[in-house]
Amino acid sequence: MALQQIDQFSAKLRPETRASVYDGSKKGHEKRTSVLFDHYPDPDHLRRLAGNIKQHVVENLDTLLPAAAAALERNGVKVHWASTAEEANAAVLAIMRARNATKMVKAKTMVSEETHLADYLGKNGVECVETDLGEFIIQIDGDHPSHIVKPIIHKNRRDIATSFEKNGLGAYNDDPQTITRRARAHLRKKYLEADVGLTGANFVTTDTGRLVLVTNEGNSRFCLAATPCHIAMVGIEKLLPRETDLGLYLNLLARSGTGQQLTVYTEFISGPRSATQPDGPEEMHVIFVDNGRTDALASDCREILRCIRCGACLNVCPVYRQASGHAYRSVYPGPVGAVLSPLLAGERFPELADLPKASSLCGACHEVCPVNIPIPDLLLRLRNRGKQEGSKAAAAGTPPMGAWSLLASQPFVWKTSLLAGNSLNYIPKSLIPVPPMQTWLRDRTLPAWRGGAFRQWLANRPTPPAAK
Amino acid sequence: MARQPAHPARRQIKPASAPSFLLLAPMPSPRETLLARVTSALAPLPKRAPLPNWDNELVIMRQARGPVDAWTFFAERLKAVNGTPLASAAALIATLTQGGWKHGYCDPALWDELRPTFEAAGGFNVETTFDRSRIDEYQFGITAATAGVAETGTLVLSDRDTSRRLAALSPWVHVAVLRRAQIHIDVPAAIAALPQDPNVVWCTGPSKTADVEGILIEGVHGPGIQIALLLE
Repeated sequence: MALQQIDQFSAKLRPETRASVYDGSKKGHEKRTSVLFDHYPDPDHLRRLAGNIKQHVVENLDTLLPAAAAALERNGVKVHWASTAEEANAAVLAIMRARNATKMVKAKTMVSEETHLADYLGKNGVECVETDLGEFIIQIDGDHPSHIVKPIIHKNRRDIATSFEKNGLGAYNDDPQTITRRARAHLRKKYLEADVGLTGANFVTTDTGRLVLVTNEGNSRFCLAATPCHIAMVGIEKLLPRETDLGLYLNLLARSGTGQQLTVYTEFISGPRSATQPDGPEEMHVIFVDNGRTDALASDCREILRCIRCGACLNVCPVYRQASGHAYRSVYPGPVGAVLSPLLAGERFPELADLPKASSLCGACHEVCPVNIPIPDLLLRLRNRGKQEGSKAAAAGTPPMGAWSLLASQPFVWKTSLLAGNSLNYIPKSLIPVPPMQTWLRDRTLPAWRGGAFRQWLANRPTPPAAK
Repeated sequence: MARQPAHPARRQIKPASAPSFLLLAPMPSPRETLLARVTSALAPLPKRAPLPNWDNELVIMRQARGPVDAWTFFAERLKAVNGTPLASAAALIATLTQGGWKHGYCDPALWDELRPTFEAAGGFNVETTFDRSRIDEYQFGITAATAGVAETGTLVLSDRDTSRRLAALSPWVHVAVLRRAQIHIDVPAAIAALPQDPNVVWCTGPSKTADVEGILIEGVHGPGIQIALLLE
């Protein structure tokens, strides 16, 4: 029987890649857990609170978005709106063209991965350099990130050393320190030459109009210290209602994502540089991007829009650990991706409708989520939708249930087959000609068939004592 | 939250305007189009999730600080993130000398205060202007901090107080000058005191990455040595 696409991918995974992904995600999860529980008596309370505040944001975007835009504009930011990936990319290009800008340095933003911004700009004559070390390595490799926070979790140092060598960044050397120093020297020139720095945003405060960015390497800080124009691509769900809410989310985001108290650089940006500051952008633009988010908002899975992209659900997921991020065939891997990617795919939902099935529904993702998203519930709703829409991708690997439903809807046939099932106790299991059954039996023992025994017991059971 | 019915048919949200061939009504702006989709997506909700209030105490770390002053607590937490707390200009000279970092930048507003110690030590080349075309020549940069956050060992920089963004970022050693009264105890206190400034940056230890096999490397794009210098 055909396997699900994610299983096919996983089966072909290089053993080194599987080991990198497994070790990286396991370490990430262990660090997160020890830091959170070390620092707080009841982290679950914080997760629920953060989830409730974000749910408020999601359900009030119609008023919060205009309020956030107004606050940003008061701070001197030019606000743009893009309903689609194409519009978002075009908005970036238009800003650059208006400034005769041809060179961009770019910090890590997932929304620009959604819109394939770097490719688009490249085709339009703009040099776009990724500056996050992991994203830079992805870019020179022509690869795609496989984790939201650790984009090169699937690569080991030898892979990286090889691609540095291929791209003229020095002779083969797989010492992580040397790799990092070479990137430092190379990218430094790029920052200073660039006309525009592009970032995403982790949060936008609605009341004060501050963009909050968290990084560890300092690359987004460099983009905003060296270039004269700042463009931020921001998903419409990134809002926080109050600046004071940052106290909760910053504490949860770093601990959940990387097991840190705070990331090294937390930037609060509310406009172009001040008059007395010689470095930094004289012009700042924010592009609010929909790109399928309003479809998710209209769906019964809108809780997924609470997501703050920490990657904790990836790290803990037994399927992600075995399959790696690329198995999800989309920008967002892991449990969050299994919900978000099909929702953001719009008309292409059926193509990705198998992703919600890539889960044992163990619930670990829900338990670690800093905004308490009930991912297993959402997966079930999307499985239902995949079935309703007749997705071929989702149906792969599912045994045909037609004969079963025929059997189960005729009481006489059903009872007869229950009794006939007793014959199973007398024939060797290896002769049962049902492939899924054989797969199942490979690792398990089938208990003895007791067809009809429950019905008999139910009919003859002693009368229970009267309910009080 | 109320459970929603099974997934509704994919909605086709059309912008509320006349067909463009009529050329009567103007096309909706990108802002109107996007906000109309948001409004339409939320329209079926019977009620909206309320905004809960919460208590700052919740996010303050369990390890309460002992009976120590703010600087001692700050210094301890800064060391925990591989930062370097120094309590005097003389200690700074010793650290820079030991590292062989002799050439750097100093905020002109701080130089008067630091110059006597640097000149007494001798052998330093300190510029009070920063030339971005010679960015790699500066081994250290000394700038003023706006504040500190003790709970996390964080230095707060801002456009108002930090003379050059680049000088606080590109040299291998960054020295942020901090005053005792500027130290906030915890994150909520520091958030409540965020300055009205277009660019506030919290630096918590040296620039770092763990992208390559999860191995910690410091000094990626920013400083590899982050010093907090307490001047009384």
